[in-house]
Amino acid sequence: MYDFTEEQLERYSRHIILPEVGGIGQEKLLNARVLLVGAGGLGSPIALYLGAAGVGNIGIIDFDNVDLSNLQRQVIHNQDDVGKNKADSAKESIAKINPDVKVTVFKEALSSENIEKVFENYDIIIDGTDNFPTRYLINDACVFNNKTNIHGSIFRFEGQLTVFKTPEGPCYRCLYPEPPPPGMVPSCQEGGVLGILPGTVGVLQAVEAVKLILGIGKPLIGKLLMYDSLSASLRKLNLRKNEDCPVCGKNPTITELIDYQEFCGIQR
Amino acid sequence: MANIKIPSPLLKLTNNESEVEISGSNVKELLTNLEAAHPGFNERLYDESGSLRRFINIYVNEEDIRFLDGENTEVKDSDEVSIIPAIAGGK
Repeated sequence: MYDFTEEQLERYSRHIILPEVGGIGQEKLLNARVLLVGAGGLGSPIALYLGAAGVGNIGIIDFDNVDLSNLQRQVIHNQDDVGKNKADSAKESIAKINPDVKVTVFKEALSSENIEKVFENYDIIIDGTDNFPTRYLINDACVFNNKTNIHGSIFRFEGQLTVFKTPEGPCYRCLYPEPPPPGMVPSCQEGGVLGILPGTVGVLQAVEAVKLILGIGKPLIGKLLMYDSLSASLRKLNLRKNEDCPVCGKNPTITELIDYQEFCGIQR
Repeated sequence: MANIKIPSPLLKLTNNESEVEISGSNVKELLTNLEAAHPGFNERLYDESGSLRRFINIYVNEEDIRFLDGENTEVKDSDEVSIIPAIAGGK
């Protein structure tokens, strides 16, 4: 049994009294190792809630600095953080909420060179990035290294959420075998986004992480949850494992990590 | 008439209508009639070889047509057809 301090018993009391969590569950949370890729719109609420929940080891990777235009949605940062590295700023905010949490900061961009090293100490990877090249890189590294990938993405008023966990469930390439060519799909800041939307989707990602750590409920493995804020609708679609998937299928054609070129923008 | 759900990135093709009613007995017919009613979809949905683009999936109700009969998947009047493109935003 975990040796909770008086302060911890009080801090986590609302968890501990839940039969589905209990002291054992809280201990699992404190021992969990979760990596957040991106401390932006999705990463902000994820970091705040996982920190508050007592997820004991959180890695945060972000090379970017806080910009004034981020504060419309990236609620883990505040006015005084403008100009600061986002991972550093997120670490400071978590420390103010819960000193139990050990936060490890990576101030670098993910690439095929560093991804396996960054991922190595974590079991669950939460994808809160804003571009296709990194999303495919995260997917492939998770498949190769048997990591669970909690995927969330947003565009304007809409969000998509799922858990990729191979070999039992599908991966991102089962859904979309390859990224769109540059210019075909709006990405990054050009699409615009309702500031609260990443909050909603990020919180749902955090819930999936806690479910997976505790082993309760039904995680979104093989299900795509679509959230449309304008119609206030949530829909769940089935995702199938694709036998012909280039990375997790029967005869994979992708066996090494790929650095796709960064691209951003709508066809002009 | 099946109900087609239009994703955000393609809303400008339907004048911001997020759902349109289109007739057709299978997905192929439905998409042909969608193009006729709202020109511009074909270019966004199909590549040069005439195949559906690999970063766009079509669902009939809760199922991806790639795991049904592809574009020959039958569509009934009450069915909901969704166009689900990959989106990447997160910051």
